[in-house]
Amino acid sequence: MSILIQLFLQFVLISLLAFGGASATLPEMHRFLVVQHHWVDDHTFSSLYAISQAAPGPNVLFVALFGWHVAGLAGAAVTLFAMCIPAALLALMVEHYMSRYPHHRWHFVLRRALAPITIGLVFATALIVFQGAPVHLGAVLTVIATTWITLRTRFNALWLILAGALLGGLGWI
Amino acid sequence: MTDSPPPTAPMPITPWTLFYTFASMGLQGFGGVMAWARRILVEDRGWVDNREFTELLALSQILPGPNICNLASILGYRWCGFRGAAAAVTGLLGPSGLIVLGLGALYEHFQNAPGVAGAVHGMTAVAVGLVFAAGVKLAQSQPRNLRGPILGVAALVAVAVLHWPLVWVLGVLIPLALLLEWRSGKAVQA
Repeated sequence: MSILIQLFLQFVLISLLAFGGASATLPEMHRFLVVQHHWVDDHTFSSLYAISQAAPGPNVLFVALFGWHVAGLAGAAVTLFAMCIPAALLALMVEHYMSRYPHHRWHFVLRRALAPITIGLVFATALIVFQGAPVHLGAVLTVIATTWITLRTRFNALWLILAGALLGGLGWI
Repeated sequence: MTDSPPPTAPMPITPWTLFYTFASMGLQGFGGVMAWARRILVEDRGWVDNREFTELLALSQILPGPNICNLASILGYRWCGFRGAAAAVTGLLGPSGLIVLGLGALYEHFQNAPGVAGAVHGMTAVAVGLVFAAGVKLAQSQPRNLRGPILGVAALVAVAVLHWPLVWVLGVLIPLALLLEWRSGKAVQA
């Protein structure tokens, strides 16, 4: 089966499983691209994710970098399309047929039930990206410092990414 | 009670205004676009009020798929039908997507240059910290009970340690979570 078709089918599936946003499905992309097909190695996987965070735009754009690494511009277009469009069409169907009942109880129950799973998947994402970075003291301290700064201050994430790039480029991380 | 002042001069909403409004949202949004979406759609343009935005956000979050794409397509569709939905999603993803691909191309070209590998290591460590902090923030917002941590740790171990396919993991955990939530709701009522 052509790589583009495999990418398309897998990312449509991932999109329809993305209940906690795009980042929560990063472990599934890692399983498919790194563990199962070896199309991307661990280090490149983490690096591409990190690079996407230095750019503006919706978080989901990191999938375009994975597609591009595997199959060029066509790959980028296919992964991004598969990740966004089928889910968006589903959202339009819901909007079209169910917008008359915005306060229905299923909203509330579903969100409360899904939240703990999403949180687990977000921590899984952090773990998977960390696996692709060279593990040493500087990296661990940077993770701790970033977490602390993000929780305690209102620093823009972009400045933290740039600081990480600068300190890393100087060889301190 | 009104959450936001009514817009002074409502702007006609066309597919073109949708395209560049969502494009500017994408290009300004570092580290997530949702905060900018609220600022631009509610405060600057006055296209939706705060309550409507919050309802849309909740709907986008419980539906599968990237939240901001769902939100863009629903809003575009409300105002301009399918053309509006297409314009909003294209504006959101197109321009900022080209920047991301440009950065990726620069990385692949210069990855062996001195300092570049180190810079990307540094960025990766920061990115991990940002994701981790997002997880902590979400966890802090949760009610204190036992089933939350158990479901969360089960999801974490299944996908990150055991590398099980997400479709199986969610196929088991979502019905289980719904069952537990439903039973606890009944316990509260009893």
